[in-house]
Amino acid sequence: MNGPQILFVIPILGGIPVTETVRNSWIAMAVIFLVALWLASGLKKVPGRKQAVAELAVNTIYNLVGNTMGKDKLYFAPYMGTLFVFSLCSSLLSLFGFRPPTGDLNTTMCWALITFGMIQVFGVKSKGLYAKLHTLIEPMPLMFPLNFIGEFSNPVSMMFRHFGNIAAGIAITSLLYSGLAAASNILLGWFTSIPILQLGIPAILSVYFDLFTSCLQPYIFIMLTMVYVSNSME
Amino acid sequence: MEKAIVLAASAIGAGIAMIAGFGPGVGEGYAVGKACEAIGRQPEAQGDITRTMLVGCAIAESTGIYSLVIALILLFVNPFVGQL
Repeated sequence: MNGPQILFVIPILGGIPVTETVRNSWIAMAVIFLVALWLASGLKKVPGRKQAVAELAVNTIYNLVGNTMGKDKLYFAPYMGTLFVFSLCSSLLSLFGFRPPTGDLNTTMCWALITFGMIQVFGVKSKGLYAKLHTLIEPMPLMFPLNFIGEFSNPVSMMFRHFGNIAAGIAITSLLYSGLAAASNILLGWFTSIPILQLGIPAILSVYFDLFTSCLQPYIFIMLTMVYVSNSME
Repeated sequence: MEKAIVLAASAIGAGIAMIAGFGPGVGEGYAVGKACEAIGRQPEAQGDITRTMLVGCAIAESTGIYSLVIALILLFVNPFVGQL
């Protein structure tokens, strides 16, 4: 398993490297943009089949946010939906042989930092600066170091969780491919040099690592974001 | 010679780090078992129970993921080789 390759370098500000991660994020963004444009075109009062799918998706996100954060915090739903769809599309890119952007710590770290910022900003906004700072010394001032570390450990654990799940999939899949190549070289090397054993077998693991994990991790990420943000606001 | 020792120790260390995968496995298995019991007792609450269980499993997984990250660092971006 290698890190994401650097495709080219933008020659400004001392050279900005554009990696596979960035390119694949652009692909995911383009896919989301086109699908959203197609789903949202020609909206009517009486929904057709296409509009029903779009309304179902939007309603699901709004219901999830309403149930988790409360009906008064529905204004978080667009952000959560965006994050969910982007993360899902990014992870599902691995089905098509691209390196998923979420398998790069930079991507998940950005999302975790946004969550961290949201926790602090909305906590201060809804409670006031004094009350927000006072939660650091609850239940007693002796707990300040633990609470302080706890504030920072949430985004760290979130970014490692999403990254680790996807990166583990990449690592195990590449190990499996090289293992199957070696096995078919030993078993069938006298017959052909094509690694026949690589056919089919990785697809079974792919159902877990690509489909299941890719669908579960975005859900968990936005779920934890919602729980942390609504906790800090109360 | 020194490099060989460092590389071997890193490989062994990565293997030992992954022993931490044991804990989340046991914990998540216990959680899923309890969730199955709860669904058996109250089948109509299946959606809520499954949702809560998945989030709980994800949180219980953290320690395993930390060990995985350490193992990946030791294997692919070894910080000790550069210090020789």
